[in-house]
Amino acid sequence: MPDLIAKPALGLPPLTHAGTTLAEAALPQITAIAPFPGQSAAVGTALGLTFPAPNCVTEAGEARLVWAGRDLAFLLGKAAPEGLPAAVTDQSDGWVALTLSGPQAVQVLARLVPLDLRDMPRGQAARTALNHLPLVLIAEGEGAFTLLTFRSMARTAWHEIGEAMEKLAARAALTP
Amino acid sequence: MRIDGKGRIDRTRPVTFTFDGRAYAGYKGDTLASALIANDVRVVGRSFKYHRPRGILTAGSEEPNALVEIVGPANQTPNTRATVQELFEGLEARSQNRWPSLRFDALEVNDLAAPFLSAGFYYKTFMWPRRFWEGVYEPLIRRAAGLGSLSGRHDAGVYEKAWAHCDLLVIGAGPAGLMAALTAARVGADVILADESSEPGGRLLSDAAEIGDQPAADWVATVLAELASLPNLRLMTRTTVTGAYDDGTFGALERVGLHRRPRPNLPRECFWRIVAKRSVLTAGALERHIAFEDNDRPGVMLASALPAYMNRYGVVPGQRVTLFGNNDGLRGVARSLMAAGVTVAAIIDPREDAPEEPGVTVHKGAQVVRARGRMGLREITVRSGGREFRLETDCLGVSGGWNPTLHLTCHLNGRPRWSDELAAFVPVEGAVPGMLVAGAANGTFSNHGCLAAGAEAARASLAALGRVAGAVDLPQAEDAPYRIAPLWAVPGKGRAWLDFANDVTVKDVGLAAQEGFRSVEHMKRYTTQGMAPDQGKTSNVAALAVLADATGQAIAQTGTTTFRPPYTPVSIAAMGAGGRGEGFAPQRFLTSDQASRDRGAPMIEAGLWYRPGYFPKPGETTWREACDREVRMVRTAVGVTDVSTLGKIDIQGPDAGRFLDFVYTNMFSTLPVGKVRYGLMLREDGHVLDDGTCARLGPDHWLMTTTTAAAGLVMRHLDFVHQAFCAAWQVRFVSVTESWAQFAVAGPLARDLVASALGHAPDLPFMGCVPVTVQGVAGRLFRISFSGEEGYELAVPTRYGEALFRDLTARAETMGGGLYGMEALNVLRIEKGFITHAEIHGRTTAFDIGMEKMISGKKDCIGKAAAARPGLLGAAREQMVGLVPLTDTVLTAGAHLFAQGVELTRDHAAGYVTSVGYSPTLHSHLALGFLQNGRARHGETVRLVDRLRGVDVLCRVSDPVFHDPKGEKLRA
Amino acid sequence: MRLTCPLCGPRDRREFYYSGAAVALDRPGAEAPPEAWDDHLHNRDNPAGVTQDLWYHEQGCCSWLKVTRNTVTHEILAVETVGGDSTAGGVA
Repeated sequence: MPDLIAKPALGLPPLTHAGTTLAEAALPQITAIAPFPGQSAAVGTALGLTFPAPNCVTEAGEARLVWAGRDLAFLLGKAAPEGLPAAVTDQSDGWVALTLSGPQAVQVLARLVPLDLRDMPRGQAARTALNHLPLVLIAEGEGAFTLLTFRSMARTAWHEIGEAMEKLAARAALTP
Repeated sequence: MRIDGKGRIDRTRPVTFTFDGRAYAGYKGDTLASALIANDVRVVGRSFKYHRPRGILTAGSEEPNALVEIVGPANQTPNTRATVQELFEGLEARSQNRWPSLRFDALEVNDLAAPFLSAGFYYKTFMWPRRFWEGVYEPLIRRAAGLGSLSGRHDAGVYEKAWAHCDLLVIGAGPAGLMAALTAARVGADVILADESSEPGGRLLSDAAEIGDQPAADWVATVLAELASLPNLRLMTRTTVTGAYDDGTFGALERVGLHRRPRPNLPRECFWRIVAKRSVLTAGALERHIAFEDNDRPGVMLASALPAYMNRYGVVPGQRVTLFGNNDGLRGVARSLMAAGVTVAAIIDPREDAPEEPGVTVHKGAQVVRARGRMGLREITVRSGGREFRLETDCLGVSGGWNPTLHLTCHLNGRPRWSDELAAFVPVEGAVPGMLVAGAANGTFSNHGCLAAGAEAARASLAALGRVAGAVDLPQAEDAPYRIAPLWAVPGKGRAWLDFANDVTVKDVGLAAQEGFRSVEHMKRYTTQGMAPDQGKTSNVAALAVLADATGQAIAQTGTTTFRPPYTPVSIAAMGAGGRGEGFAPQRFLTSDQASRDRGAPMIEAGLWYRPGYFPKPGETTWREACDREVRMVRTAVGVTDVSTLGKIDIQGPDAGRFLDFVYTNMFSTLPVGKVRYGLMLREDGHVLDDGTCARLGPDHWLMTTTTAAAGLVMRHLDFVHQAFCAAWQVRFVSVTESWAQFAVAGPLARDLVASALGHAPDLPFMGCVPVTVQGVAGRLFRISFSGEEGYELAVPTRYGEALFRDLTARAETMGGGLYGMEALNVLRIEKGFITHAEIHGRTTAFDIGMEKMISGKKDCIGKAAAARPGLLGAAREQMVGLVPLTDTVLTAGAHLFAQGVELTRDHAAGYVTSVGYSPTLHSHLALGFLQNGRARHGETVRLVDRLRGVDVLCRVSDPVFHDPKGEKLRA
Repeated sequence: MRLTCPLCGPRDRREFYYSGAAVALDRPGAEAPPEAWDDHLHNRDNPAGVTQDLWYHEQGCCSWLKVTRNTVTHEILAVETVGGDSTAGGVA
């Protein structure tokens, strides 16, 4: 048990507007896995997961392998075994994980993300931008999303998503 | 005047508003323009240049005259078109460009001085004497010019930006647009239908037409009901598509809250970026005016505005209406007005073969030559068959024909084609890839033609997407041919107006041609025609027709000016939505952020990061006192600072060493595990890209650090080198900047502090690295120094950063040490001659900073070939030196260096200063800079001059390492 | 403007960083004469028509892309990854 206290990126309570909720997920376990040339399949086999194609997520039980860029995937929910034919780095502390769910989640993200997220099913992911922030976007299905952005930028992400939620809630409250 | 039983306003919901401070009544559903007409307000503004009284000309967004200021609690919006602004309870509007009042405007003298104020007046008049320009003319012109005024305060309103995506974007919801949207949406296509108005329907809501067997407005309601039932169709009302951009991207401005009382968090406007696979432009057409003497009198309006005001808002702008026009469309206007009981006194039609109209006198072969009534039309003079007569009238509806609204087809450089048959420009096919144009926007003016063309455009668009649209039954609709005989300007001596918004007359255009501005682009700039907020929507074509006449060319040869985005004005606030205050740029915070702020540290922006400048102690009144203390603390005891902002890149693989040898100038593959080496990285052009340390954590595992400023740049560079030149190598790298919190511990007591934190002495040589356990947490310890003292950097996973920072701070303070900030960090590194991006600013080479020996001869690397080229080496180069003032003077970065005794001119400049600071260690101001042949000039005296800040001091040139030149302290 | 990243799909140009002519890919050998380096580093065509330049998918997969496009019509003719197709597991 470490003597140093671990802190979340934000430590804020969830924010709800018009039935849509933004929340900070518990400190995530993220391992970046970058297979060496030609080793994607072998990495997948060793992990018991198919190495994901671009914009995809593969899962088995609690473990998910999220495509996170060129020759790169993030392993969530499981520790990476030793000896993978890949560069392996612990990224758990590098990212803040936010969840956004509810009827307006897609519209909230339409204020910040330049992608069409309307029909994005579970099993898909994207490397893109949350306004000016780097973003790993994971579709959880049914209008819910997990958003990973740099931990140092967590406050900006929270602020921008929160503002978009407030504006949409004000729109939703309008009567003709 | 309001007419009973007409209009789509809600008469159960009265609304009060003010115009120029006076209260008026209107209804929910009114525009400000319709409500002013209902209240018989005729003069709504003063013209731009001559301050002539002006009334409402149109019923749409093309309005040139009725521009007002809307005053809200948090903002003041100038140049708002009264024809677009919807009424809401408490709306406060003010007229513009008048003083002291709208009825009496002192600058109306300009109108009397009109003979002297013709086109080009400014260019000709305000030239001499030359010195008058800045002091006299410009301030005077600025005061007299312009329309609305700004509040001078920040706009505290809320704005929004958003993205939308669709298969098909339909622009404009008139007959063609509704039909296109319906055709596409019925087969499940993902459709956005955008319309500028509060209610879709376009002219079907304005005209008294019939579609099928029902009034057009009822047909619109039926279609809208069906569209509302289709989840794959999104209707965006109050949304003007303002620009067409590459690859199916469109800009659009939605008026979200402008028609309501402000409420918290409700955006005023939303700027949309719409990405569409295909698009159909069904934006309709704009009616144009005819120029004749004083055709700008309040009460002279575009003919189509009259049924629009009557059928949409239940108002008419006069009791005795006359109509003047060169096409058959006026007959429908007359019938519509008469059916509502409005007197139509006459139709004046210049065509000898003009058709008759039952119930109205038609003057064939006749023209309106003059209008009278300064504050409101009273009568017109008509010329017919060589004789002139007067007609009493308070409202004249004019139609010079119709211009298809083809602006968006020109946004990607498309040029419209002149149609003699329509006497108008029509769009050319394929001007915007993926866009089809249908209906009036394409020169098809009948309702039947619009419905058919809309359906066909949707079918063709879907076919291009590989989808088949089913057949749609076209309802019965009017299909009259469009007949027109061009008439642009009625001959006469008086001033006849083309561009109302910028006060440009027929004579001005003639004068431009006479003075040699014969190209349409030159005429536009000389007269300012089409350059007002309305961008000449009602005047462009007439103006160039007049120019064509004056130059003896055909209109087709004269051509048009270029339509560029935006189609209607877009507020900067909407385009920049979210970019104010905190939203301006992402903010990156250190784990130590709160702890630093708790100690009163002012935060400095370093890129996107916020870093503490210094940590003030009680009694300290200036930053220098704190900075000096912190420097002395590090030199004599121990200091702690957060260095997590430095870029950290984890590099792994059997080829990692080889890769590092290729990107760094010096050799890395030979570095033993557990050691750190300083590395220099060049751009391919031989200049320094970045510097930093790189540690070998394992046989195939390395950790590169970059400067804070260049972290992103270096990552991009590594990706390029890897992907472009060695993609097959067994190497991978990923940024771990965010994963680690890293703290520098520096000073003679650094080892003691680290020992106390770790629980054991760090047995680590200079430039060593080792995994450690810090109070139960796995971390890394590096022995490196940016201060010249014995230094360590201790890294832990970011989640433990704050706890370790507070822990190290507390331990340091018990040892007589403490925290130091960016200011002290900077002084410490200047004392040691360590470079930052102040020195490696993009124009310096390894040679310039004295590191040319770091370019290994044993291997190739990025930048090696170019670094050796003539011109990047030698005595002529400005080389890094230290500078010590001979007198106690504050030095300034950016100052220039001169040899003693030379004239202080640019060609004598021999170098410049990059970094400055006061060294409490050496009790002197110090600077780093670059001096021609500087390394050979140590000991010389040079003159340091900063004329901007009044610094002129002699300095001794020295080695850049001022403190501990042998490095005994860091290796201790 | 939109570019179709071979990995990520069609994306708005805001996700990309522009980096000049694709000439940068043709690195002369270490022993190449100075003229070759001068050409490589400094001499660029400025065509009205088809050109090739480099874009970096910075807010995306971090691929460097060679884009063939027409500067007159703005047509994008091809987008290729500089480092080969990594979707099948990278260059072997």
